[in-house]
Amino acid sequence: MNTAVKKQVQKEDAMWLQKELINRNYHELATAREHNRKVSATFVPGNLNELLMCFDFARSLPETNALQNGMRKKSGKMIMDAERDGHSEDVCTYVKADLGMMLQGQVGPTGDPLPHPDILLLSYTGCFTFMKWFELVRQKYNCETVMLHVPYQGDGKVSPAMRDYVVKQLKEKVIPSLEKVSGVKFDIDRLRQYMRESVKAEENLVRVLQSAKQRPSPIDGYFGAVYYIGPMFTAFRGMPEATRYYDTLWAEVEQRMREKKGPVTPEGEIAEEKYRLVVEGPPNWTSFRDFWKMFADEGAVVVASTYAKVGGVYDFGFRHDPERPLESLAEYCLGCYTNLNFPQRIDMICRYMDEYQADGLLINSIKSCNSFSAGQLLILREVEKRTGKPAAFIETDLVDPRYFSAANVKNRLESYFQMIKQKRTAGAH
Amino acid sequence: MSTKENRVTEIISRCSALFEDLEFGAVKKWKAAAPGRKAIGYMPVYVPHEIVHAAGMLPVGIFGGGDQLEVIQGDAYYQSYICRIPRSTVELGLTGRLDCLDGMLFPSTCDVIRNLSGMWQIMFKNKYVRYVDVPQDYDDAVGGQFYIHEMQQIREDLGKLAGRPVTDEALRASIVVYNAHRKAIRDLYAYRAAKPWQAPTAEVYLLLRAGCVLPPEEHTRLVHDYLAACETQQRPKRDNARVVVTGPFCEQPPLGLIKSIEMSGCYIVDDEFMLAFRWLMDEVEETGDPMQALSKAFLHRSAQSSSKYDARKEDKGRFLLHQVKSRGAEGVVFAAPSFCDPALLERPMLQEILARHKIPYTAFKYAENTGQMAPIREQAGTFADSIKLWSAA
Ligand code: SF4
Ligand code: SF4
Repeated sequence: MNTAVKKQVQKEDAMWLQKELINRNYHELATAREHNRKVSATFVPGNLNELLMCFDFARSLPETNALQNGMRKKSGKMIMDAERDGHSEDVCTYVKADLGMMLQGQVGPTGDPLPHPDILLLSYTGCFTFMKWFELVRQKYNCETVMLHVPYQGDGKVSPAMRDYVVKQLKEKVIPSLEKVSGVKFDIDRLRQYMRESVKAEENLVRVLQSAKQRPSPIDGYFGAVYYIGPMFTAFRGMPEATRYYDTLWAEVEQRMREKKGPVTPEGEIAEEKYRLVVEGPPNWTSFRDFWKMFADEGAVVVASTYAKVGGVYDFGFRHDPERPLESLAEYCLGCYTNLNFPQRIDMICRYMDEYQADGLLINSIKSCNSFSAGQLLILREVEKRTGKPAAFIETDLVDPRYFSAANVKNRLESYFQMIKQKRTAGAH
Repeated sequence: MSTKENRVTEIISRCSALFEDLEFGAVKKWKAAAPGRKAIGYMPVYVPHEIVHAAGMLPVGIFGGGDQLEVIQGDAYYQSYICRIPRSTVELGLTGRLDCLDGMLFPSTCDVIRNLSGMWQIMFKNKYVRYVDVPQDYDDAVGGQFYIHEMQQIREDLGKLAGRPVTDEALRASIVVYNAHRKAIRDLYAYRAAKPWQAPTAEVYLLLRAGCVLPPEEHTRLVHDYLAACETQQRPKRDNARVVVTGPFCEQPPLGLIKSIEMSGCYIVDDEFMLAFRWLMDEVEETGDPMQALSKAFLHRSAQSSSKYDARKEDKGRFLLHQVKSRGAEGVVFAAPSFCDPALLERPMLQEILARHKIPYTAFKYAENTGQMAPIREQAGTFADSIKLWSAA
């Protein structure tokens, strides 16, 4: 049954604003050389956007390029090109999509050419692959690389030694390298100013994400949230434009809350919220709309997801702190979702299940992402055990279309929704 | 009393028995020999063994279940696209085989082992579990300071577990023990490279694996014994190709695979098996502050592996090239566990460097329970033949 009310493809104001931001950023990257601007590349988790802005870099995020290429159905060929160039079929497909894009002449997702970065800020936060990814790019394109090693929260906490280590690297390694490559002197007040701006946006992002606690939820906390986190997790946090985006977004969501409306999907509005889910793991990008539709058609709304926390766990209280700028950047990096240990990840999911009154947990396991995937079956068992709610497991890939089997995923989802229904009926007796 | 001639066989059968004993009898025996003894497991690649040893404990290398363990429960914890070592390690744990361990150290080798550290905390609640972070910044005042702090934490934890603090004296004494161990392993590698027909890798490998469960002092003696025994018998020298095997630093190939490479006409003259024993490449300072000494050795004189960051582009492949040149190798075999991100992401970078240096290579993947050796034997054989043809041309 189709519970999404069919309309023309819907786009809200915030959506347009975001599109504009993204296009502008790709344009800035494409014209960076003309404008004598240096280009940086860094990763989404531990993305030090405010710091990079202090040096006037045009900012590229290779994961975002890969996902954008995935959504535009361009990544399959890129991955195959990278495999033909000697990369294993077993490794992270983001890396291969990026390297494949470079092999194809470095044309970005919007069709604009992307320059090779002048500096790779290797923010080594929460994923081993990052390290090899930038080593690979460095080897091929000779880019200057600066490592920021962010220790893992093995004990489930951030110790002062961990924070000091990151701050020290920022002071002694990262900032001097960024100064050298950009030719711009570091100004801590400029950093503070960007961070002040970040906080405003962060407040609104959290409001938006937490609006899903309401019934019906006005947003989808996974499929919708990947748009909502876009500006925050990429090249825009700290910019007044991002603040404006989150103001607009929050106003729209607030309005939907007041009107007790469900989330807007690309196919229309979800008329009836039948299932409330928590999702763990990144989405699939190559069939993103079909994937979302499988949920929307069944009236399944994702009320919270861990993926929406990869670039910062703001909903548990973290905010950039302009009074302690470098310490705060360190804490931000240390606190990203995949930098949390397993007990923390499980606690977080259980907390979402409770606070967002979810019916169950769905894990989308990504074939080529060890950081997320290794151990997810234990997460599934533990969450089921602790919450008594049903959990289910599907397997896809981020940007490799070969690993998205629509029929399989649909089947799994259908039986999962049946299971939730049965459990509910049993609970009602 | 054994004759000199069969001493090699005797040593290797002992090592083989230790290797095959998935019940860790040697660890249990060591613990039972004195009251209150404790054993701490560690996963590949590297943890500072000296601290465990200085706490009076036995460091025990856990390198998966090999091809003899039937993995049933472990498979329920891992998708098909994750390597084998975590699932067989979970199997070892869930079947009680690791009950003899009082704790586990999980180094920051990759995200799989990293995540396993947290899983272990959940699954084995009454055991000591620690994730061991190592710095990817190699300055004494930055990465070094962090690393010393990490090691200090392990030192304090193990001190508590042991019921007495780990003193500087004890640490210095352990550094002496491990320096001797490292020297023995270096001698072993040098001997094999000089006379690979005398010390086949299938034997060297078993000898190394014995070091996972024996105290370092005893293992050092065993390595010396083996080296001495090797010299007492002459084995036939073949016209094999000399190769370095790179990639198997974590999940181990089955012994049959190592034998297959050798039988196909290759002499393995260097490798990455049990890199933990050779991680610190030379003597660690035996006097002064032991934590500083361990840190400096790690930062400035440790092996390169794909789980470590190469701070400069020029550093990439240096270790492998050194292995090739110093051992007189004629080619490189990339043997990586399936789904192993570190080894497989590193591979194209190393291959490019080898190509630049005109060093031939071949590559394949394996799993710890790979059963079919014929394709690997064939591939390695073709590779060995091509090297020989090349050198004859
Ligand atoms: S392994 Fe996972 S977290 Fe890491 S870069 Fe790939 S997709 Fe991202
Ligand atoms: S085999 Fe590779 S991926 Fe698997 S745990 Fe070891 S290093 Fe990690």
